[in-house]
Amino acid sequence: MTDQRFTSTSTYVATDDLKMAVNAAVTLERPILVKGEPGTGKTQLAVEVAESLGRPLYEWHIKSTTKAQQGLYEYDAVARLRDSQLGDDRVHDIGNYIVRGKLWEAFESAVQPVLLIDEIDKADIEFPNDLLQELDRMEFFVYETKRLIKARHRPIIVITSNNEKELPDAFLRRCFFHYIKFPDKETMHKIVDVHFPGLKKSLLSEALNAFYKVREVPGLKKKPSTSELLDWIKLLLAEDIPPEALRTENSRKAIPPLYGALLKNEQDVHLFEQLVFLDRRTRQQ
Amino acid sequence: MLIPFFYLLRDGGLKTSITELLTLLEAMQQGLAGQSVDDFYFLARACLVKDESQLDRFDRIFSVYFKGVEDSLSDLFADIPEDWLRQQAELMLSDEEREKIEALGGFEELMKALKERLEEQQDRHEGGSKWIGTAGTSPFGAYGFNPEGVRIGQQGSGNRRAVKVWDKREYRNLDDSVELGTRNIKIALRRLRKFAREGAADQLDLDDTIDKTARNAGLLDIRMVPERHNAVKVLLCLDIGGSMDDHVRICEELFSATRSEFKHLEYFYFHNFIYEALWKDNRRRHSERIPTLDITHKYASDYKLIFVGDATMSPYEIVYAGGSVEHWNDEPGAVWIKRLLRTYPNAIWLNPEPETRWDFTPSIKLVREIIDDRMYPLTIAGLDDGIKALH
Repeated sequence: MTDQRFTSTSTYVATDDLKMAVNAAVTLERPILVKGEPGTGKTQLAVEVAESLGRPLYEWHIKSTTKAQQGLYEYDAVARLRDSQLGDDRVHDIGNYIVRGKLWEAFESAVQPVLLIDEIDKADIEFPNDLLQELDRMEFFVYETKRLIKARHRPIIVITSNNEKELPDAFLRRCFFHYIKFPDKETMHKIVDVHFPGLKKSLLSEALNAFYKVREVPGLKKKPSTSELLDWIKLLLAEDIPPEALRTENSRKAIPPLYGALLKNEQDVHLFEQLVFLDRRTRQQ
Repeated sequence: MLIPFFYLLRDGGLKTSITELLTLLEAMQQGLAGQSVDDFYFLARACLVKDESQLDRFDRIFSVYFKGVEDSLSDLFADIPEDWLRQQAELMLSDEEREKIEALGGFEELMKALKERLEEQQDRHEGGSKWIGTAGTSPFGAYGFNPEGVRIGQQGSGNRRAVKVWDKREYRNLDDSVELGTRNIKIALRRLRKFAREGAADQLDLDDTIDKTARNAGLLDIRMVPERHNAVKVLLCLDIGGSMDDHVRICEELFSATRSEFKHLEYFYFHNFIYEALWKDNRRRHSERIPTLDITHKYASDYKLIFVGDATMSPYEIVYAGGSVEHWNDEPGAVWIKRLLRTYPNAIWLNPEPETRWDFTPSIKLVREIIDDRMYPLTIAGLDDGIKALH
């Protein structure tokens, strides 16, 4: 049980609903599932929660081949077999060949840790089901050593998903859920402020205008998100581009400079250029 | 406490469970919600909603329940499943208008009305939300200028069978009885798995290693085997365009699920019915055609053949030479499909049209006869049955 509350940090802007969801998860010691467009800071959230509450962070990044068991422990039978051939003394204790997974490490932590299970949807479709019991009771059994591993402190578990696979209902029921929606202009101002404190007001508002305009282009395969905006602003600063250059209405060149940082998809760039071309033509008429 | 709200949520179509309600109550007991309605709203949302597509529905129910706002409930249950919401047409017309058009009859009328509406919208799209249907919070609302204006005129093909899109009742059933989603489809497809070991030996074969080590007088002799793979081979033939436009989403889901589930998956497109050639890239359907005979020669008969199509067309397209709507076919489609079926005895036809309609469409009856009644509806239950038939 903790009295600490998660709030925005010097590097991360949390909206009220996000704060509420995280604090509920922290208080009730249940996992929180975070979804949202790529690049809206899902993974970053776990880092910030750990930092803001002053907890150690364990990160478990999921790949398509990850099995639930790997998060608990793995038994290295081959190493033991080899040691037995060489007559190593270690071979008598099976515990020497149990390799701990991230979940175990988090369970053993002396203070309540934050555990990030990143991109859970990348794994096999049964993966979340295999973790139900472990996440619910925060314990699991090691068959090789006949030991029950119980969490010393129930970790704060942050799970992220990119919606590549749907998650099973039973799993969802055990989690709090938060969908990070794309920030509105006001929040975006704050976010950019946090990352680029000294940014000129004029440049910022022009950049944001151009950015939201690009996002509103219909038919884009991948809309630029917060992280792309931050990269773009970084580039604008590095190239020392004046705010006037971003004002699309006046300039004849309606494509914002360095737009490669915003559009990552060849088709999108193509579409965008076509639209700009059309736009220019209608304006000339 | 909150129990009426809970039931209202469930009636509104949210899959909220008792566990989740208890979680919410527990959180409130811990004093998380504080005194403000906003806090309570955020908390309730995090506890009770687990899918962003449900958020909007939750918001409406919340506002109805807690503010007593006369956001009429009939609105909530507008009967139109999301898939159909995506059809731009739906978004642009209100219920009354739809009925009116239906009474007037005809697809042409409908298209005309849509066009008018779209033109109107272009003039004053500032008030964007006004133009979006009652149930709409759809992404279409965001479109500044109107791509649909062009698209509707071009895409709706002439030979679409009238206005079945509006037939809400039919699809509500489909929507209620099963939740089609990639996850469900994948699980159904898993039944079709057949494991076999082939490829590089990269896994330890424990049994064989023990056996060989024992024979080797205790000296370790490690044996490896290749990993098990799903060895089922599937040929997927998808109907595309025309009357299938209505089923694009469901077909996309099926397709993406099969793509990731099978290693040996070949897919081909056809339009309405199978003739002497199929194609793989719909954009180049006229230039890059693959002769059907080449397919039967290339892929062995252990492939399982799955057709996906609504089989809704004029019967001429099946039984007569020259019946195709797109080109002159020397031999009738029925001959071609029989050739395919002879090569691939394991075949089924999945039909996204609701089963209740099958008897009223002559071409569906015809196809069912040709394929020996192995036609199944494109629902989870249908997929299950179909896959059993494939074994």
